[in-house]
Amino acid sequence: MALVAEKTSAHPEPFETVRTPDENPRPVKVVARDVRVIYGSKQALHGVTIDIPERAVTAFIGPSGCGKSTFLRCLNRMNDTIAGARVEGDIRLDGRDIYEPDLDVVELRARVGMVFQKPNPFPKSIYENVAYGPRIHGLARTKAELDEVVNTALHRASLWEEVKDRLAEPGTGLSGGQQQRLCIARAIAVSPDVILMDEPCSALDPIATAKVEELIDELRANYTIVIVTHSMQQAARVSQRTAFFHLGHLVEEGPTDHIFTNPLEKRTQDYITGRFG
Amino acid sequence: MEHTVTAYDQELRGLAGKIAEMGGIAEHLVGDAVSALARVDEQMANRVINEDRRLDDLQREVEERAILIIARRQPMASDLREIVAALRISNDLERVGDLAKNIAKRVIAINGTITHKRLMVGVEHMAEIALEQLKTVLDAFSNRDDAAARIVRMRDDEIDALYTSLFRELLTYMMEDPRNISQCTHLLFSAKNIERIGDHATNIAETVHYVVTGTAFTDERPKADTTAMESIESDD
Repeated sequence: MALVAEKTSAHPEPFETVRTPDENPRPVKVVARDVRVIYGSKQALHGVTIDIPERAVTAFIGPSGCGKSTFLRCLNRMNDTIAGARVEGDIRLDGRDIYEPDLDVVELRARVGMVFQKPNPFPKSIYENVAYGPRIHGLARTKAELDEVVNTALHRASLWEEVKDRLAEPGTGLSGGQQQRLCIARAIAVSPDVILMDEPCSALDPIATAKVEELIDELRANYTIVIVTHSMQQAARVSQRTAFFHLGHLVEEGPTDHIFTNPLEKRTQDYITGRFG
Repeated sequence: MEHTVTAYDQELRGLAGKIAEMGGIAEHLVGDAVSALARVDEQMANRVINEDRRLDDLQREVEERAILIIARRQPMASDLREIVAALRISNDLERVGDLAKNIAKRVIAINGTITHKRLMVGVEHMAEIALEQLKTVLDAFSNRDDAAARIVRMRDDEIDALYTSLFRELLTYMMEDPRNISQCTHLLFSAKNIERIGDHATNIAETVHYVVTGTAFTDERPKADTTAMESIESDD
């Protein structure tokens, strides 16, 4: 009797993520193995294992509180900044453990950039917003080099044409959609490998959203992108792979086309068709 | 499980209801067209011709509703497959109605009695199987029964085989007496129409499989209609 009771309490039911591989698998950029996140006494993430492919967009979907943002924030150690948060398991970027003690977190966050839900430009000029990162990371030695980096980043973020004549004006004076693209320009100015996006369009109107989506589609030629979104249609439009989280578990992951037309797991099906109880 | 938005469920149920209604009308048109042929009943044939319009209207309605749901709800996964299936099946059923109407038109063209009752037996037998296939596959759709759909798909070769033998038989009669040609030609076309109705039942079976599994049938379907390769002299 006691043995049975002990077994059920100490060993929660093993959870098996349903996985569908790509027909032509891409090289893997980020490898996560059995990642668990504990906030104080509450476990927010229960052993997430996933491979994030290089130069592709991976979308994380799931209801609020499912752990998708928590997991995203593990990928550049943003959870380190939260008091009482503990991350367990193994996350490797290009084979290197990003939680190893002698790793420079600032350098990691330059390689793994992040774009947030609300556009958050610095209260500085448009130019300075983009130039800040390259300058502190020593990516440009001369003013001409820095100009070049800023120019390229703004071009890549499809913002150049709209701001080229007012680079000295404050970044906060731009429209919401432009501010978000400025934040993307700021993220790519430091030449990251991975860009994490936490609901990057949820504060934008449909036209600004379309521009950001178009940008994401262009960026995937050069960057590994992970996007958390509440819009199923957005996940279906921009991503190549989709991962569905629920109650801190990674329920299912697979090619986006497959997840949105014929998911294997009932919970995925219920969520994407709007049947969640 | 129900959708969080109840109006969405109502819309999908409405669509399924329209398909069921179309299915009922299509079955009944095929049955009546064949009865009209057997009895050379022009009145009944005219009724079939008129009622076919109802199927055309319903098909348009299904299409409009499906487009509205897509625009309004951006359906995903099983919902999306369901709507695609409704569009496909309504097309098939509309065609079944046209084929029944075509048989009815031939009843009027035959203009007299069918001298060879034996021939009619063959046509009626084909129609019986085609109707049963249609009925089974429509039930399979409403019950989301992939196994039943699979059986319908495999059984289509029976109709094909009957058609091939009827084709040979009719040719024999035409060669025996040229006065049979007019009647036999009408019967032959009617038989061909029934064979096509069977094909539409097979299409619907494939759609049911898609709705249930999200994939297409991968194995080849048995085929037994060899009339395209038949030569008239080959019999004697």
